[in-house]
Amino acid sequence: MTFQPTPRQLSAIKAALFLLTLLPALYYAHGLWSDSLGANPIEALTRGMGIWTLNFLFLTLCVSPLRKLSGWHWLLRLRRMLGLTAFAYGCLHLLTYLWLDQFWDVDAIARDIWKRPFITVGATAFLLMLPLALTSSHAAIRSLGGKRWQSLHRAVYAVAILGVVHYLWLVKRVALLDPIIYALVLAILLGWRVVERIRLNGPWPTRSTPPAVQPVVFMKRDAAAALGIPKKR
Amino acid sequence: MLIRRPPDLLPSEITPEPLTRGRRALLKGLGAGAALAGLGLPQISQAGSLGTLRPSPLSSDEKLTPLKSVTGYNNFYEFGTDKEDPARHAPGRLKTRPWTVTVEGEIKRPRTFSIDDLLKLAPLEERIYRMRCVEGWSMVIPWVGFPLAELIRQVEPNGQARFVEFVTLADPQQMPGVRSPLLDWPYVEGLRLDEAQHPLTLLAVGLYGEVLPAQNGAPIRLVVPWKYGFKSAKSIVRIRFVREQPRSTWMKAGPSEYGFYSNVNPAVDHPRWSQATERRIGEFIKRKTLPFNGYADQVAGLYSGMDLRRFF
Repeated sequence: MTFQPTPRQLSAIKAALFLLTLLPALYYAHGLWSDSLGANPIEALTRGMGIWTLNFLFLTLCVSPLRKLSGWHWLLRLRRMLGLTAFAYGCLHLLTYLWLDQFWDVDAIARDIWKRPFITVGATAFLLMLPLALTSSHAAIRSLGGKRWQSLHRAVYAVAILGVVHYLWLVKRVALLDPIIYALVLAILLGWRVVERIRLNGPWPTRSTPPAVQPVVFMKRDAAAALGIPKKR
Repeated sequence: MLIRRPPDLLPSEITPEPLTRGRRALLKGLGAGAALAGLGLPQISQAGSLGTLRPSPLSSDEKLTPLKSVTGYNNFYEFGTDKEDPARHAPGRLKTRPWTVTVEGEIKRPRTFSIDDLLKLAPLEERIYRMRCVEGWSMVIPWVGFPLAELIRQVEPNGQARFVEFVTLADPQQMPGVRSPLLDWPYVEGLRLDEAQHPLTLLAVGLYGEVLPAQNGAPIRLVVPWKYGFKSAKSIVRIRFVREQPRSTWMKAGPSEYGFYSNVNPAVDHPRWSQATERRIGEFIKRKTLPFNGYADQVAGLYSGMDLRRFF
């Protein structure tokens, strides 16, 4: 069963999704306001923003598999919003750390990033997200060219891996269950991509047999549609 | 019938509702009137169900952490690893009566104490202590208890006793966390004998004037205010006097992260985070962490000549 929303339906879906992306932030804002985040609200907030960064990153990574499995190619049109939401929560997570944890103490922050592997990893993940967020506009895609844009945006895999490592490294050994679940989900999301690639290209892409990189062909034919850009009329 | 209202009732004279509830729970638990008389419950008083408590010159005069936070934000992995888990799972599950604490090892008078023996062992005092968790947060808690030194005096350690080991309850029936191998159960902690005998070291049986809530380590726990919170073992069932330094549960779980001494020390970081500052629960700006959690004047002498980086 394929479902193809009309442009109006797609706008409605996007608007609804946008409201949904605000829900975690509203939950935490309300929790701070009503003092219902427990005895250590700042820690709860920092953790919450971090977890939702990962959640939205994972949702972003779900788009391609879901699209393939369902044939709902329009899902791609939601991917940018999910990715930018992940970035927004990442910014809030970083902000809680810089402000509420370190109170803008530059020396302490520099020491922390240098000395503590989980902070180093988190900071790296954030830095890698920056260029992706900055090149998310139609104009950026056009000026980079679809192919280069796509290779740049493969960095999202590194961001997700670093994000999960950051989470694994931060918790005490006894509380590893949650980050391990995240690691498994990520393994499935990335593993699916590896399997897909092998299925399309064979296990050993060699120079003599140019790999039939179908996404590239697809992009040439209709790069704009592949990237979710509405066609110009 | 004419109901007379007492004139000018000050808000401060009204017992806060959580305290009343705790008191009622205790009364229900105790049942017999004889037991009430034994504990010396006052008829009407600001003091809670543990009776009138001796104030202590060792108490801090800092602002107390609200009862709700003290009893709602706990690390007690026997009941789960979330801070809210102990408050959710411990009350009602943890059976604190009957309860015995076996004291054994290198002592002249080994003995098993019932919880009632312990409550009568020494006059109960209120001790307001800072509590610094290794995770970087802190509280100010009005404990009720008596110095561990009093118990040690009664059991008379022999010349061989150099360390004291505390073994805590690990009953999978009552403690859901113990069913999974998070840590090497039972939870074990240890002190050097002189640390155990220090006047600051407390066996706590209550807080905020009331019987210790289950999630805080009922019915009896250790409180060592100059060490990170995990050293203060909860729900103790066995105290052993030994020759060799005990290996605590956290030393086994992470030898590079948790040492035997675990004195609060802003200069020695946890491998994964700084210990220079702490968030006092309820406060916005972080505080600087003090050496020995602010008890350096009383306890620094215990460690003179020791490299506290090595013996962390």
